[in-house]
Amino acid sequence: MKRHLLSIDDVSADDVATLFETAAEMHDVQRRQVKKLPALRGRTVINLFFEDSTRTRSSFEIAGKWLSADTINITGKGSSASKGESLRDTVQTIAAMGVDALVMRHAASGAALQVSQWVDAAVINAGDGTHEHPSQALLDAYTLQRRFGSEGRLGSLEGRHVVLVGDLTHSRVFRSNVLCLTKLGARVSVVAPPTLMPSGVEPWSKELGFATSYDLDEVLPTADAVMMLRVQRERMGGGYFPSAREYTVGYGLTRDRLATLGPDVPICHPGPMNRGLEIAADAADAAQSLVLDQVSAGLAVRMSILYHLLAGEGSTS
Amino acid sequence: MTDQILVKGASLLGAASCDVLISNGVITEVGSVSAPQARVIEADGLVALPGLVDLHTHLREPGREDAETILTGSRAAAVGGFTAVLAMANTSPVTDTAEAAERVHDLGRAAGLVDVQPVGAVTRGLGGEELAELGLMARSRAGVRVFSDDGRCVADARVMRRALEYVKAFGGVVSQHAQDPDLAGPTSCCHEGELSGRLGLPGWPGVAEEVIVARDVMLARHTGSRVHVAHASTAGTVEVLRWAKGLAEKELHWDVTAEVTPHHLLLTTDLLSGYDPTYKVNPPLRPQEDVEALRAALADGTIDAVATDHAPHARHDKEHAFVDAAFGMLGLETALPVVATVMVESGLLDWAGVARVMSANPARIAGLGQHGHDLAVGSPANLTLVDPAATVTVDRDDSVSLSRNNPWHGRTLGAAVHATLLRGVPTVLEGKLV
Repeated sequence: MKRHLLSIDDVSADDVATLFETAAEMHDVQRRQVKKLPALRGRTVINLFFEDSTRTRSSFEIAGKWLSADTINITGKGSSASKGESLRDTVQTIAAMGVDALVMRHAASGAALQVSQWVDAAVINAGDGTHEHPSQALLDAYTLQRRFGSEGRLGSLEGRHVVLVGDLTHSRVFRSNVLCLTKLGARVSVVAPPTLMPSGVEPWSKELGFATSYDLDEVLPTADAVMMLRVQRERMGGGYFPSAREYTVGYGLTRDRLATLGPDVPICHPGPMNRGLEIAADAADAAQSLVLDQVSAGLAVRMSILYHLLAGEGSTS
Repeated sequence: MTDQILVKGASLLGAASCDVLISNGVITEVGSVSAPQARVIEADGLVALPGLVDLHTHLREPGREDAETILTGSRAAAVGGFTAVLAMANTSPVTDTAEAAERVHDLGRAAGLVDVQPVGAVTRGLGGEELAELGLMARSRAGVRVFSDDGRCVADARVMRRALEYVKAFGGVVSQHAQDPDLAGPTSCCHEGELSGRLGLPGWPGVAEEVIVARDVMLARHTGSRVHVAHASTAGTVEVLRWAKGLAEKELHWDVTAEVTPHHLLLTTDLLSGYDPTYKVNPPLRPQEDVEALRAALADGTIDAVATDHAPHARHDKEHAFVDAAFGMLGLETALPVVATVMVESGLLDWAGVARVMSANPARIAGLGQHGHDLAVGSPANLTLVDPAATVTVDRDDSVSLSRNNPWHGRTLGAAVHATLLRGVPTVLEGKLV
């Protein structure tokens, strides 16, 4: 495995299998009364969040703590540029404190990659602008593999039709997921109105091997899993779509669409959900919804990521 | 007593070798010259060009003297073979008054390495709303003729129309940074296309340039004025220019000219895949198709000039996340080698063509009467000697600029500037500042 996790491109399918194997072991730990493992005792993990986050930051924080790492949160809003300090100076100052891993979120695409060139610590990209969010994609794939497996054994995504719907242009979750799911052999379709399709998606989709559509109802009947992505209401101001109502009719997982999905078709959402906009409450709370499973899987997968980047290869037992 | 320099055995514009005698800053003899009193510059194997003229530099003074000064920028220009540069107005304070323009002009003369000709702002403070004192700048000691809000587009069509009309009174030209701010806003930093989609970077679509170029040529036609398109970057812009120039040549009462940067002639958008802010520039690097169209347009005259858009930045202004980092790259020292590599080696231009796009045309567009002349008797002795056989691997630490945001670092380029003479005075010899 590479030193940093900046993009799904940094991990091979074999790496993903290794990460998930460990994640499954970590997942069992969550059911214990005492959840702490000694694996990263004495190691320091800094959660460096330049952008607001509740779930990802706390997930990484708990993951680090359960592995006995010293985890510290540093948050700061706004770009370093607005404070008159370069990003390089900011992160080198923090890294100089003797850090083993930087878990970093930044509003700018590519920030984690740039930082990895400036510091010695392992860098884990916890979301860079509208570029990638690799730990989210890994936990999504892991969640689906658990769902498609049986009796605690992970299933396979090979040939499964996974449909991603939402604001693809501005979604780092989409970018990481499309890389991850295709890497694991899934058949991926992405659906959005033309204004929320990333520019230049045609050559990219051909090269990577995923399908694009403007018509959710055309794609949904063959879905083996559906991932709904958050749509920010502010996008309406940018003229990306005329109204929330129109978006929901075209691209929301409504009660009507839920009824057309088979009861075994899992529904994912990375959160936070806009209930009533991209996902109806009935769908979010349906028995086939994996939204809360994603959260607990997130802990296991992030423990596994921290473990493999910091403790090196090997078994946890 | 006369001060004579004899340039011996240079190939004039790449043609036959001959000697050039310079007396008191003027070319006094061309051919086989004997002048025993003259100081000799051996130019065997070198190509002699009229001193290069750059329509588009950012010298950062006043305001950001940590990134570049008029003196250090002049040094970079001289090393690059330039004898005149136009200094853009987006300094702090902005060059939007006669006094500010005269200060830039005078600091340039004091540095004495190239003629630094200030560009005046089109609008007060580059605000895009009220015209700056265009006439006073034109009447000033600096004699400003080129006006630009470069860095920003004069987006308001009414303001652009008035500016074009107004500068007719003194033979001015408006150099437009064509970027529709609604289609490419301040965060737009990557050519909108497959790569911006993959990288999640805010896209800067070519159409944001093309709609402004199309609008401006119609405004120039309507007002009977002159518009100059700064740093053309797309094939679509080339198509608009080709059409507009055909029209202007027939109608005669208006004119459109255009420039292209060396970086848009060679570097492509895929360099952004590692989010290295060295390659962040405005307009952004474009795909290969655009690069090819720009080369062809420069070769066939649709684009008149090469202009560097030399944009020095302090290191810390580039060491931000990509979208937060400063736009721009160095260009003065590498412009001629890039043009030689891209245009001459490929056969798209001969050296006479290089003289046209890097000296004669920019001097004409800028109204610089002392520059861009043929190397003929009576011309001011502004001269650049180029070694066409040299290959140079660029090392950013060799630069005489104060800044290091050099996208050519590590690249090997053909041809090197050997000497530069400003009004007969060598500013650069053997590739080094005198």
